[in-house]
Amino acid sequence: MDENTWKMIMTGLTIALGGAIPAFAIGSITAKAVESIGRNPEAASDIRTSMILGMAFAEAIAIYALVTALIIKFV
Amino acid sequence: MLHISLAAEPIAHIGSFPVTNSLLLTWIVMAILLILALVVKKNLSIVPNKLQSIFEILIDGLYSFFESVVGHQVKMMFPLIASLFLFILVANWIGLVPGVGTIGFTEAIVAEQTDGSTSHETDKTNISETTATVVSEETQQSITTHEVLPQDTSVEPQTSETSKETLSTTHETKFIPLFRGPTADLNMTIALALIAVFAMQYFGFKTLGLHYGGRFVNVKNPIMFFVGLLEVISDASKVISFAFRLFGNIFAGEVLLAVMAFLMPFIAPMPFLMLELFVGFIQALVFSTLTAVFINVALAHEE
Repeated sequence: MDENTWKMIMTGLTIALGGAIPAFAIGSITAKAVESIGRNPEAASDIRTSMILGMAFAEAIAIYALVTALIIKFV
Repeated sequence: MLHISLAAEPIAHIGSFPVTNSLLLTWIVMAILLILALVVKKNLSIVPNKLQSIFEILIDGLYSFFESVVGHQVKMMFPLIASLFLFILVANWIGLVPGVGTIGFTEAIVAEQTDGSTSHETDKTNISETTATVVSEETQQSITTHEVLPQDTSVEPQTSETSKETLSTTHETKFIPLFRGPTADLNMTIALALIAVFAMQYFGFKTLGLHYGGRFVNVKNPIMFFVGLLEVISDASKVISFAFRLFGNIFAGEVLLAVMAFLMPFIAPMPFLMLELFVGFIQALVFSTLTAVFINVALAHEE
């Protein structure tokens, strides 16, 4: 297989894996946050802030994968 | 044709310093923030007028939010954090204004092939009908690229010397937008990340004195020594993480909008514009909140 075929395959694979695993991570962060708000509604605003923070870290990994896929495709 | 470029393109030169399209918009964002701040400052009064009320709501909201995140240290770091938030917010949103990314000019790339090696030179020609994305009544043809001419004269004698019969010239045009979202340029986000990480060290030294150095060089026992090394590596990786989080979100949003507008120009891009407004706000909030949290962690290093 020549280089262009490899590039196309790897672009798709990068964003597929790099999007699926952080999506699972963000879902589990939100699940835990919602559960703990249910157990302790008074701390809801603290939990919400921590949840946004945790999601930013998880989403950053997905963004790294997206930027790498864009670099492979367009550069 | 779809125009996507990872790097920001230079549109003019000051001396030998290239002015890119994202730098131009950065200056415009700075002008907006400065002029607003000066106008509000000049007319400060006890009974606020409308503009001052808006800014009071904004500053008070930000202050109470960061106070809930950080605690009592907020007073020291609030100017930096709020400036980061406002600048990144306006910079993200200005990349969505109609005209950013679409108004520009075309340049022709003339590629000549001599015995296997290609030399690219860009050449100002009046080819304006080949790219469909150019807004025709606003194509600026008068922007000159003076740096091209010496390059022309230095490359051409070389190519005319090599007498190869496989000389082929292809004409392609490249569309260069005049404006580009400031945070969609990796240089800008790396600069902001460096500011944030440098501010961490600065506030650490300012509050704790030289005791702050004990966070990185910790010779109590070998384990703590490695923890100190890990802290250094983690601070370095924060620069990369900050830069790429912001750049990736905003650049990917631009690519998404360009692709959606290319596929179906009329109704389909609207939800994506709303998504990009939301993402711009969240990324500004996340950048400043993470900076605040990391500064707080650095300050809390007490033995």
